[in-house]
Amino acid sequence: MNRLRASWHKHWYAWAFVAPVVIVLAVLVFYPLVQGIWQSFTNLTEANQAQEICVKTLGGTEDCSPNPNQAQFVGLQNYADLLTGRVGEFWHQLAITLIWTAACVFFHYTLGLGLAILLHREMRGRAIYRVLLILPWAVPAFVSAFAWKFIFDRDAGIVNALITGLGGQAVDFFDTVPKALAACIIVNVWLGVPFMMVALLGGLQAIPGELYEAAEMDGATGWQRFLNVTIPGLRPVSNSVILLGTIWTFNMFPIIFLVSRGGPAGGTEILVTGAFRAAFEGIRNYGFAAAYGVVILSILVLYSLVYRRVLRNQGEVW
Amino acid sequence: MTQPSSSTLPVVAVRDAQRAAARSNPGGAGRRRTRRGHRSPGASIALHATLLVATFVAVFPIAWIALASFKPSGEVGKLGLPTSPTLENYSSLLGTTDFTRWFANSVICALFTMLIGIAMSATAGYAISRFNFPGKRSLMWTFLVTQMFPVSILIVPIYTIMSALGLINTHISLVIAYCTIAVPFCTWMLKGYFDSIPGELDEAAHVDGLGPFGTFWRVILPLARPGLAVTAFYTFLTAWGEVAYASAFLNTDDKYTLAYGLQILVPRPPALPHWDLLTAAAVLITIPAAIVFFFAQKHLVAGLTAGSTKG
Repeated sequence: MNRLRASWHKHWYAWAFVAPVVIVLAVLVFYPLVQGIWQSFTNLTEANQAQEICVKTLGGTEDCSPNPNQAQFVGLQNYADLLTGRVGEFWHQLAITLIWTAACVFFHYTLGLGLAILLHREMRGRAIYRVLLILPWAVPAFVSAFAWKFIFDRDAGIVNALITGLGGQAVDFFDTVPKALAACIIVNVWLGVPFMMVALLGGLQAIPGELYEAAEMDGATGWQRFLNVTIPGLRPVSNSVILLGTIWTFNMFPIIFLVSRGGPAGGTEILVTGAFRAAFEGIRNYGFAAAYGVVILSILVLYSLVYRRVLRNQGEVW
Repeated sequence: MTQPSSSTLPVVAVRDAQRAAARSNPGGAGRRRTRRGHRSPGASIALHATLLVATFVAVFPIAWIALASFKPSGEVGKLGLPTSPTLENYSSLLGTTDFTRWFANSVICALFTMLIGIAMSATAGYAISRFNFPGKRSLMWTFLVTQMFPVSILIVPIYTIMSALGLINTHISLVIAYCTIAVPFCTWMLKGYFDSIPGELDEAAHVDGLGPFGTFWRVILPLARPGLAVTAFYTFLTAWGEVAYASAFLNTDDKYTLAYGLQILVPRPPALPHWDLLTAAAVLITIPAAIVFFFAQKHLVAGLTAGSTKG
């Protein structure tokens, strides 16, 4: 008891400082999180969410009685439906999500690294290149999504204008899954490279020049210097941006939602947009969508843990 | 990246970069190593050619949209420069759609998210930066983990809570939802900034008789103004570009934000998209966002890099 009082005496103002945020987080994040996990075990939909049904009586008052069809606990039903594919297309969407995430992160990182290395050199016009190259980051994602949709459009798009101008047949980019997914990946790669570039450029500038000089003295070629100085020097930055990039891309909602709209026929839906449609289209199956959310979060947490474990085994300080 | 949702930021990445930077002498001999003239002319040409191509790819979609917005509405899809530039797309966007309403709605939502995010998180960021107290580590972990939350796990419960409270189709519900993104993010970012302000200032203030709250309010906050500004702008842009919550929570024309309103201009097929209006809208939305971004990004990287050198 005394220790508690001493602790309070010593730390009360620190706690007072963090209290507002803790309260807000508890109310806005943790309460919904717990609620969401609970909902994933119920058959909650838009139709059965009311706790009571109210009927207007002739006298103008309301007569309320408990809703007989109220949502109820259904155990693991939603998870079973989701994972066996009885409802929705979980495994297809997971596959699309993995292709989407892997392709986007791969191109984000390699293109970002390449541009960062080029920009790291001293040259004329470096500042201008830098500003123009981060332009895609400055545009709100939904605007970019529409801009690219315009570019890829069957009738008004410049890509098709070029194709037909050269005597080809106009292509509908959104009528098959591979084309639609490729189009979305292109948009997202375009969108995400600037962040990687800026982060990796910061990492490059932090590598001490003496290392390069020493390598040069020892007769290392440019490629050897890249492999043995640049890459190891960038490792801390790379580790973080790849982890973050993977999580962000996995959860990247607006591009798929706006560019391909999950089409054709739901073929390019990723898990996040799939969950959204389960919740807000059709019968609005909230319980099922909550199960989606829990599964997505579990995948991400598991991935982060494995990622950290692998890095730690390689001797990284993480 | 507007990733994050494009929303969340290079916080961790940049922190690691600067940690590495702290170890070495940033920007020292390393940069000067590749002296100008060290390259052969061929290498120089290749370097510039690659960068020019990359720059073209980065700029083209935006430039194309901007160009198309000045073409008469029948010709937006045509190749080439506008033959007879016109502002008719802009005037019909402002005249025949609710664009100005959506714009105002977006400003309201983004502004309140920004104000609440900053107000809530400045104190916590300061406490985490300065004090050691039980629960600090777990709190920091919480901030990181919440960045991992997919929209999809919070959107349904928040939606049902809002609908139980009768707040669906209000901007309050959107601001509240955006705060789930903004508050952890702002706290984390401001902590980084407070770390860059020397602790000796706190001690000096303490010696002069200021309590912890006085120190924070009178000494630290004024010094942190650049950090506050950058965090504010970034929060603003995050809310400005958010799509999922806006699409789920809003359902009448007068409440739509830009991210939702634009979807009306490009409806699902077979309805025809209004590319003429869309291009004009894209330009009008991007200009303020890009100005804010370019102002912020300079300080963004610098501010984050300056912070947390103490680890």
